[in-house]
Amino acid sequence: MFEYAPAPESRDIVDIKPSYGLFINGEWVEPLGEGRDKTINPASEEVLAEVAVAGEADVDRAVQAARKAFTVWSAMPGSERAKYIFRIARIIQERARELAVLESLDNGKPIREARDVDLPLVAAHFFYYAGWADKLSHAGFGPSPQPLGVAGQVIPWNFPLLMLAWKIAPALACGNTVVLKPAETTPLTALAFAEICRQADLPPGVVNIVTGAGETGAALVRHPDVDKVAFTGSTEVGRMIARSVAGSRKKVTLELGGKAANIVFEDAALDQAVEGIVNGIFFNQGHVCCAGSRLLVQESVAEELLDALKRRLSTLRLGDPLDKNTDIGAINSAAQLAKIRELSEAGEAEGAERWSPTCPIPDKGFWFPPTVFTGVAQSHRIAREEIFGPVLSVLTFRTPAEAVEKANNTPYGLSAGVWTEKGSLMLWMASRLRAGVVWSNTFNKFDPTSPFGGYKESGYGREGGRHGLEAYLAV
Amino acid sequence: MVSLESFGLVGDAGAVSTTTAPLAEVAASNSTLRAFLHGLPGVDRVGADARAAMLGTRSIKTTAKKQAIDLAIRMVDLTTLEGADTPGKVKAMCAKAVHPDPTDSSVPSVAAVCVYPDLVATAVQALGSSGVKVASVATAFPSGRSSLEVKVADTVLAVAAGAAEIDMVIDRGAFLAGDYLTVFEQIAAVKAACGSAHLKVILETGELSTYDNVRRASWLAMIAGADFIKTSTGKVSPAATLPVTLVMLEAVRDYLRTAGRKVGVKPAGGIRTTKDAIKYLVLVNETAGPDWLDPDWFRLGASSLLNDLLMQRQKMATGRYAGPDYFTLD
Amino acid sequence: MSERLAVRKTYKLFIGGAFPRSESGRSYVVSSSKGEFLANASKASRKDAREAVAAARKAFPGWSAATAYNRGQILYRVAEMLEGRRGQFVSELVDADGVGVRKAGELVDAAVDRLVWYAGWSDKIGAIRGSANPVAGPYFNLSSTEPTGVVAVVAPQEAPLLGLVSVIAPVIVTGNTCVVVASERAPLPSITLAEVLATSDLPGGVVNILTGSAAEVAPWLAGHMDVNAVDLTGADAELAVTCEEAAAENLKRVLRPPSVKADWLADPGTERMTAFLETKTVWHPIGT
Repeated sequence: MFEYAPAPESRDIVDIKPSYGLFINGEWVEPLGEGRDKTINPASEEVLAEVAVAGEADVDRAVQAARKAFTVWSAMPGSERAKYIFRIARIIQERARELAVLESLDNGKPIREARDVDLPLVAAHFFYYAGWADKLSHAGFGPSPQPLGVAGQVIPWNFPLLMLAWKIAPALACGNTVVLKPAETTPLTALAFAEICRQADLPPGVVNIVTGAGETGAALVRHPDVDKVAFTGSTEVGRMIARSVAGSRKKVTLELGGKAANIVFEDAALDQAVEGIVNGIFFNQGHVCCAGSRLLVQESVAEELLDALKRRLSTLRLGDPLDKNTDIGAINSAAQLAKIRELSEAGEAEGAERWSPTCPIPDKGFWFPPTVFTGVAQSHRIAREEIFGPVLSVLTFRTPAEAVEKANNTPYGLSAGVWTEKGSLMLWMASRLRAGVVWSNTFNKFDPTSPFGGYKESGYGREGGRHGLEAYLAV
Repeated sequence: MVSLESFGLVGDAGAVSTTTAPLAEVAASNSTLRAFLHGLPGVDRVGADARAAMLGTRSIKTTAKKQAIDLAIRMVDLTTLEGADTPGKVKAMCAKAVHPDPTDSSVPSVAAVCVYPDLVATAVQALGSSGVKVASVATAFPSGRSSLEVKVADTVLAVAAGAAEIDMVIDRGAFLAGDYLTVFEQIAAVKAACGSAHLKVILETGELSTYDNVRRASWLAMIAGADFIKTSTGKVSPAATLPVTLVMLEAVRDYLRTAGRKVGVKPAGGIRTTKDAIKYLVLVNETAGPDWLDPDWFRLGASSLLNDLLMQRQKMATGRYAGPDYFTLD
Repeated sequence: MSERLAVRKTYKLFIGGAFPRSESGRSYVVSSSKGEFLANASKASRKDAREAVAAARKAFPGWSAATAYNRGQILYRVAEMLEGRRGQFVSELVDADGVGVRKAGELVDAAVDRLVWYAGWSDKIGAIRGSANPVAGPYFNLSSTEPTGVVAVVAPQEAPLLGLVSVIAPVIVTGNTCVVVASERAPLPSITLAEVLATSDLPGGVVNILTGSAAEVAPWLAGHMDVNAVDLTGADAELAVTCEEAAAENLKRVLRPPSVKADWLADPGTERMTAFLETKTVWHPIGT
């Protein structure tokens, strides 16, 4: 037996302060209120740092700083804005290892993913949108498209720095200034990003980072001087935001939940389909809004595919997120773990068959083994509700039409996967799936040039690509 | 079924019936073979490449690395296949195969030496009872462009000279022309000519070009009786690659499930560093599984790799980086 | 000799290609700008709205799957038919809006031209809004547009024909289907337009027109869980807030009322089409 010895990435590279303030107008400031929160390492439950909780007055200070900076930033030639954003991209590349370790510590994700997926995409996003800053007149939104003003941005905990990049890069490129609130369980890379803004000599107030939980986010979203609201997170909160901006002139983009179907036809390249299924639902512990959480497999290959999938899952390595060989890291929080457990128990109670590979679970921290439910019916909660964890629900179908019908039978519409070697079937499926992203013979691929966003209750607006500019321009 | 007698030269090899081989029925005709091979699931190149690349990021350190290096040494088929090969060269290589590092007796011997047929006798004599096997390329290596009679004769002579393993090449021309039955019959005939010698079937994946072809050729070789499937002659670029080996490892894994017979895998050509070798071991471990992590089931066809393994081994033992002057060039 | 007694026209709703009365049995009096009785119009209820949504949903798969060329041809056909009824629309506009014959003629002509303009967009908007994206990897990556689905439209109150055509055409040309709440004050051109639509090869249910009170009906549409988007162009501020809040329940796409009074004769731009388009991005590996 070939046992891989522990191969931990060193955490010496990161320097976490015991306590963080708010980043407003280019300075670290203490919150006006007493609110303090702790952020922990979900793999060990160790406290990493104490973080300020911004109240309404703090949010107001940040929005005012952003408003003031907007005058400077929006008037700056695009080519100059571009250079600031390029500079940020370069600093991110230079500090990539440090940021990857920090992300892994605060989030629980495997260092391999933080290092090979999150950080390269973060830098790529800033590079991509930096290049747009002086080319907006060519973007198809008229000869002189104008920024909106102050963008209030609220991001989730699953890809903390990447979601920050998706929000801040296009906003700045278009000439907006931002107030961003990271998730309360994963604030550290956003706070490190504040330092990067200082390193890049970004004019004060162009980027402001306010930490806190839902209250802070709500204060930001409803602030009357915010012109643009961008949110990534749950559909439930998205609904509240959509309601709260009613009657205002705020422009809104929402990137919400999903329950994606990953559809495998009998003629698929099965080994790659297995990889795609694994990547679809076990990437980032399944904490992915576009996760392929519903596997729809053609009945004629269901047994063969499931055997292969189970065999493959037995090779997944769960444990220390900082170990370079870890495939499955920690669940981000106790609350999320409780939700995953609750839905998994519901799956069993509703009669689906539960399976997990033998997989030692560390004593401390929040963990959930890769889990597969077979014999799932459309009516089961695990086939309808977003679990946001490493839990796959398997359903079968007989014909392409049935696959489409089942795939679309959800209020969500973020993503879908199709596995077939037949080109015409792939295109037929892709055109019928009501989802903003269709991965064919691949899954969970992201790129700054590629628009991302959902249909139906998965939200509206697109992030990435030329399309992503529209969310930050007055068009 | 294939009538070996019809090829004339197989009498001495004994009548090895392929009719009892698993999945033999698919070789009833070219069309049944074609139907079977084209019915195998396709291989998506991008997905296979990505999987191999991901496994290539595994970080093998300390005790695991030590274990991997010794295992890799034991898996090496130390190879010389040059027109300029001489008995002297082969003897020197055999000495190295038995004692890769004469200053350190804890270094294991390699699995085999691999030579041209005319040097088999020299190698057999040089290796004596060391346990290191002699493998010989045969069948008009490396192009395979000769008559079946010549290929079988090539094999018979190599076996007669003492080769324990035969590395044959498939007829890539026939394969690419869709004449699977010809490829099948040639492998079956050579297998028969091998007698008790193990047959490694070289697919020459660099010429097959697509991963779909690699998968089909793997199955074709296994159904025809291969004991090992091997990527390359080393004379064609690209030779062994991680994704090609991944596809072949999937094939032996699935063949065991389907046919109940275990077949080995040998990547050959272009594997030069310890880092490369360890990537292959990780690939084996996480694809076919740890059951294949044995020189009986996995080999690395290489020459310069051995010295790098030795240098890395010394580094781990001493904590100092090693220099090439301290390792023999044979 | 007495004057011939005119045969008055009954104005009904337009749902699923048919012209039913309101299930509620209600109607209301429509008067001219001078206060004279013009006709009784059906006063749609929430149940009529529900029927209209069902009809629009039923029509969506076929209409969205029709070729863009086909949709363009049908919109052009609508323009032809509208042109053919020019006189009727002119007199309805004169009655409803109190504008002169010449002005009314200009508005009808503009409505015809608007339809022709949008008809031409059917097979072009995808090229303008779609893209092939140069991702950093061996993938073919293509973004294309798709219609959002069923769109509820509160038509402008003040421009009963040109405004109406200007909100319907951009919604349907891309493959959406719609339920329109027509101008409450001046609903008659909308039903005459329905007669045009019904005879223009437009599949039943693609456009459904309700007359009556927007304040009563629109919130039901905005809250309907099988409606994908709302166009609140004709809603007043209070109704717009109510509808936007209701629309949040299933994250409908919302086109808010214009912040300045709409000029229906101006170049419409593409915003009314793009507001009801989704972008779908498809990835596929490139390899041998």
